[in-house]
Amino acid sequence: MAFTHKHLLGIQNLTVSEITTVLDTAESFYEISTREVKKVPTLIGKTIINLFFEPSTRTRSSFELAAKRLSADIVNFNLNASSAAKGETFKDTILNLEAMNPDAIIIRHSCSGASHYASTFSQSNIINAGDGSHEHPTQALLDAFTMRQEKKDFQNLKVVIVGDILHSRVARSNIFLLRKMGARITLVGPPSLLPEEFKKFGVEIDFNLDHAVKGADVIMMLRIQMERQTKNFFPSVREYRNLYSLSAQRFGRAKKNAIIMHPGPINRGVELTADMADCAKSVILKQVENGIAVRMAVLYLLLGGKDREAID
Amino acid sequence: MRLLIKNGRVVDPSSGTDKRLDVLIEKGKITQIKPKISASGAKLIDASGLIVAPGFIDMHVHLREPGQENKETIATGALAAARGGFTSIACMPNTYPVNDNRGVTEYILSEARKNAAVNVFPIASITKGEKGEELTDMADLIDAGAIAFSDDGMPVQSSQVMRRALEYSKILNTVIIDHCEDKYLSADGVMHEGYYSYLFGLRGIPSSSEETMVSRDIILANRADAAIHIAHLSVKGAVELVKEAKRKKVKVTAEVTPHHLFLTDSLIESYDTQLKVNPPLRSKEDTLALKQAVKNGTIDVFATDHAPHTVDEKDVEFDRAPFGINGLETAVPLLLDKLVNKNIISLSRFIEMISTNPALILKLENKGRISVGADADLTILNLEKEIVVDVNSFKSKSRNNPFQGWELRGGPEMTIVGGKIVYSSSSSKNA
Repeated sequence: MAFTHKHLLGIQNLTVSEITTVLDTAESFYEISTREVKKVPTLIGKTIINLFFEPSTRTRSSFELAAKRLSADIVNFNLNASSAAKGETFKDTILNLEAMNPDAIIIRHSCSGASHYASTFSQSNIINAGDGSHEHPTQALLDAFTMRQEKKDFQNLKVVIVGDILHSRVARSNIFLLRKMGARITLVGPPSLLPEEFKKFGVEIDFNLDHAVKGADVIMMLRIQMERQTKNFFPSVREYRNLYSLSAQRFGRAKKNAIIMHPGPINRGVELTADMADCAKSVILKQVENGIAVRMAVLYLLLGGKDREAID
Repeated sequence: MRLLIKNGRVVDPSSGTDKRLDVLIEKGKITQIKPKISASGAKLIDASGLIVAPGFIDMHVHLREPGQENKETIATGALAAARGGFTSIACMPNTYPVNDNRGVTEYILSEARKNAAVNVFPIASITKGEKGEELTDMADLIDAGAIAFSDDGMPVQSSQVMRRALEYSKILNTVIIDHCEDKYLSADGVMHEGYYSYLFGLRGIPSSSEETMVSRDIILANRADAAIHIAHLSVKGAVELVKEAKRKKVKVTAEVTPHHLFLTDSLIESYDTQLKVNPPLRSKEDTLALKQAVKNGTIDVFATDHAPHTVDEKDVEFDRAPFGINGLETAVPLLLDKLVNKNIISLSRFIEMISTNPALILKLENKGRISVGADADLTILNLEKEIVVDVNSFKSKSRNNPFQGWELRGGPEMTIVGGKIVYSSSSSKNA
């Protein structure tokens, strides 16, 4: 088994073979969700905590279903309304939950590095479900799973990632993963959301979507946070839409068999026009479906074999 | 009490002295400096193989008292200073309440007289409550004992207010110290903006936030013909601005901290909150420019920006940790090891930057020099001493220091304030 990490904190410290292992394992779990009885006993007796400090429906439900389909017990904590509001520190929250002897803690947090920080004092397996603007490793893995399903191979695949690159953990994890797997990446957005230094990640940058989309195999649209507008990252949603929305006309410049991806939730009519979101080239809902298989694979690889030795 | 320091290598940049001399101290003053002094009844200190320097002055310290005695007190901060080789410290006004009136200044001085091992010089705020709006009663504060003015940490954003403060400061023969940061540009940033902030997903504080304010201050100080001291320079662009201003004879001086010289933004990969400081740790290129500026005289002063915070306050997510590094007890060993013992600067240049120059800038006429009649504030150094930084041995109340475990060569052996030995390394081994 080529996966020996104790935690899944990010894509950055995974090797190509570890990424491939996750994707291959997800492949074998994919079918379970299509059965009449969507459950296997693999993680029976394991306890997992879904610890979400930021609102999320998709990622939280996806982890929850993944855990349940592997027969693990999973508990949800949404801490906007709970301890965090009472002034308890993040560390104390984790230590208190840990006193209940969970096996793994899945963490979504608005601060970059939160999962990394938790891993410095926690005994459990920590799974990063998104930390600030840093990483969202399971999203990148499910995106990769979807791309592999559609495109077979990452070598020289042209992937265009569009939008709020600066604040996007999805973009970072995807950049790290796709670079390792040999894809070519072009980032697109206004300069305020796409600093030149991103070139050092080994990607192309382009401020013009019409130009960037030419010859693309995969176009990944990122969710735009409406509050960025109030900080003048862009003048208005109207202006953003005019420059960076994926329309049928723009999509026409991509390769014939190009696909459209989006980590969700989508702002219809902002990142992409409604017809694009719903068209046959859109794999947005497949991404959601694949998320469960990928998260089953992650849970299995971290918690599964009792005899495996964790190295970090 | 009389104290006779024998056989030390006396290094005093103010007079260009660098030779083996004895120093006699009587009633808190230096009374003789000669090759061989005999004084019957005086307490003898054998300084063979050691350096005798004018007492070190840290012109940028946060003592937290009044108001945040859980982090530090005047007494513990002063003990940390003594252990770190400092005989005088100037404390910033961002206490609770802010040192913006005579009452707070007098309180600090009175506590210092009672409890502080070293000289404490309060810096008052430029504006009431450090709100950047109304000037404090600066003449009254000077009369109460304030030594300089700064809104450190909450820097004056209004150029008009800064202009008025500089103009008014002229009649007081004092200096305005500015933490140069455009708060609109730094916004909610937590580390240096650049490749590493993008890599770690942390919000950036751009170099331009410092550069624009350094530039503004230089222009305003030049117009007002007033003295401005730039606190903790951290970026290459700001170094260039200061260099150019000095060439044009603007009354500008500048300081640098050890952490900005020896640490870079890439270390934040660990999300270690001990590395969170404002101004932030900058790029490798910036640290090289700072070292160059120390060598060529663009930067005048070493200061620590000693900013104690409790263990709990720092044991949180990076975004939520307070800015600040506890620096009094590691500054001298770091600077000796990394700059003097590596021959990047001379011992004399080091002493100039940590004693002579701060005394000149703060107009402490009897300090920063070893001469007959000067205050008997002396720092005795051992350049060969091996030190392993251990925050648990700190005299400071706090432990927030990123140099834990560093092995350094060179450090203070003894600290003498007003003829009194306030620290002697024979009583403790580690830094």
